[in-house]
Amino acid sequence: MSSELTHLTAAELAAKIQAKEVSSVEVTQAHLDRIGAIDGTVNAFLHVDTDRALSAARAVDEDVAAGREPASPLAGVPLALKDVFTMAGAPTTCGSKILDGWSPPYDATVTRKLLESGIVILGKTNMDEFAMGSSTENSAYGVTRNPWDLERVPGGSGGGSSAALAAFEAPLAIGTDTGGSIRQPASVTGTVGVKPTYGGVSRYGLVAFSSSLDQGGPCARTVLDAALLHEVIGGYDPLDSTSIDAPVPPVVAAAREGMTGDLSGVRIGVVKEFAGEWYQAGVTAAFERAVTALRDLGADVVEVSCPHFDYALPAYYLIAPSEASSNLARFDAMRYGLRVGDENGNSAEQVMALTRAAGFGAEVKRRIMIGTYALSSGYYDAYYGQAQKVRTLISQDFENAFNGVDVLVSPTSPTTAFRIGERVDDPVAMYRADLCTIPANLAGTPAMSVPAGLSDEDGLPVGLQVMAPALQEQRMYRVAAAYEAARDAAWGGALINRVPELEVAR
Amino acid sequence: MPNISRDEVAHLARLARLAVTEDELDMFAGQLDVILQSVARVGEVAAEDIPPTSHAVPLTNVFREDLVRPGLTQQQALAGAPAAEDGRFRVPRILGEEA
Repeated sequence: MSSELTHLTAAELAAKIQAKEVSSVEVTQAHLDRIGAIDGTVNAFLHVDTDRALSAARAVDEDVAAGREPASPLAGVPLALKDVFTMAGAPTTCGSKILDGWSPPYDATVTRKLLESGIVILGKTNMDEFAMGSSTENSAYGVTRNPWDLERVPGGSGGGSSAALAAFEAPLAIGTDTGGSIRQPASVTGTVGVKPTYGGVSRYGLVAFSSSLDQGGPCARTVLDAALLHEVIGGYDPLDSTSIDAPVPPVVAAAREGMTGDLSGVRIGVVKEFAGEWYQAGVTAAFERAVTALRDLGADVVEVSCPHFDYALPAYYLIAPSEASSNLARFDAMRYGLRVGDENGNSAEQVMALTRAAGFGAEVKRRIMIGTYALSSGYYDAYYGQAQKVRTLISQDFENAFNGVDVLVSPTSPTTAFRIGERVDDPVAMYRADLCTIPANLAGTPAMSVPAGLSDEDGLPVGLQVMAPALQEQRMYRVAAAYEAARDAAWGGALINRVPELEVAR
Repeated sequence: MPNISRDEVAHLARLARLAVTEDELDMFAGQLDVILQSVARVGEVAAEDIPPTSHAVPLTNVFREDLVRPGLTQQQALAGAPAAEDGRFRVPRILGEEA
């Protein structure tokens, strides 16, 4: 029974809870048991909030028993929250030693919305330190393992959230995407991940890495589940000055429309630039099969050129570190977090430098120094200034492309999950995992990854990325849901069910 | 083209308030050089007349009513402090002995 519960979708679980076929407490306990049995191996969670999860589940069950309207279509369904969102009463570490043991005094807006919707937060998930990375190997709390192959990474920075979904530890998760940290982990774990339009989901209580790029979003095992979660967390928030004051796009209706399997009249552009030497053959082949499937669904598929997308990666690795070097200045050992070396008459400045040296990992230090360099006088115009101009050109490429097509598609990441350790000492190789995802962050446009079958050479999941214009999320949800339905029909079931059984700890 | 020396890394680390060891200077000098060589490609794009984008969504100032709303209590604000004294953050000395 409990393994059946952990394999259901969020939509199915919510329906069963409302129909009194199962209680939210049973559902929650089944997922907590699953975490207890396998998370010693997977390491998706940094903190499990057992007592509060069960009490939130009990509250939903009382509503159901009393015949009250559910707080949301996902009431009673468990969720894994990336450890970059604050939640009062639970630790928030961002995968960093500098915040070890810090318990924030307030809830992020996303956290508050989840709790008010009756969603059961199981705990906080592992991540690359301050969301800087593509593998979770940069976490100070150990790497998370990919349930498809425990010797491989689950992507990053949101590898804890993606692994929790693929390991059936939670049917829903929250991620953040600055350069691909929702979509690339989804791609390499065979799950669904969505980066909404910049400003579509509140950043209040999201610990900042690169403020002009950071965007929270939903993660799930199906497109419909992601859409249901998107509508819960999306919307205007006066506490976030960059929040968009506009209605959440109708993504649930779009997903349901897509599930009917008809894309006739939809114009889809294949981004020409996202192919070539860095792309694994099995990824390219799976992507081409997906494009054929989209054609078979009735879509009008054409090739589109976005000539500046090739420069998105270098522009990103100037803009994001520049903003990070400024944002992470807040970790100064004075008001919260770690303090090291406050002895022998050391000055505040010395304590600050010693604390940051001890509290930050190598990748965070690299990015702070790159950002410091790119912003320094004499280099500013050639690096940061030029990157901002490239950013404009990338937005123009999107605008031109969307004049002719409704959505753009590409592989989500050039390769399948790589081996743990393979790219640790080669930062530039690690950065290439985000080759296809970064343009949408720079332009602020929405994009998502939906599983596109398995790669021929290694049998590991490949992601199909669907990109849409700003605030037109419904377009990509419709396409992704139609593709997902066709894929499951062709494979005779959901792709995620092919993930190997994990050894259960005794 | 960048060519980052150990001295430059030491300078950057000082500006960024990061204490670094001698071994780290060697490691970072090599890595930062490779990263900067690779991101310097942005310079290949002809963009003299292109306006820079700092932010994807064009927003001007957002105003709200100037209303009192509850903030953190003193206890909450100090709860995560590495050191507190008399209801305040206790910090190391800011000025040098000679100052």
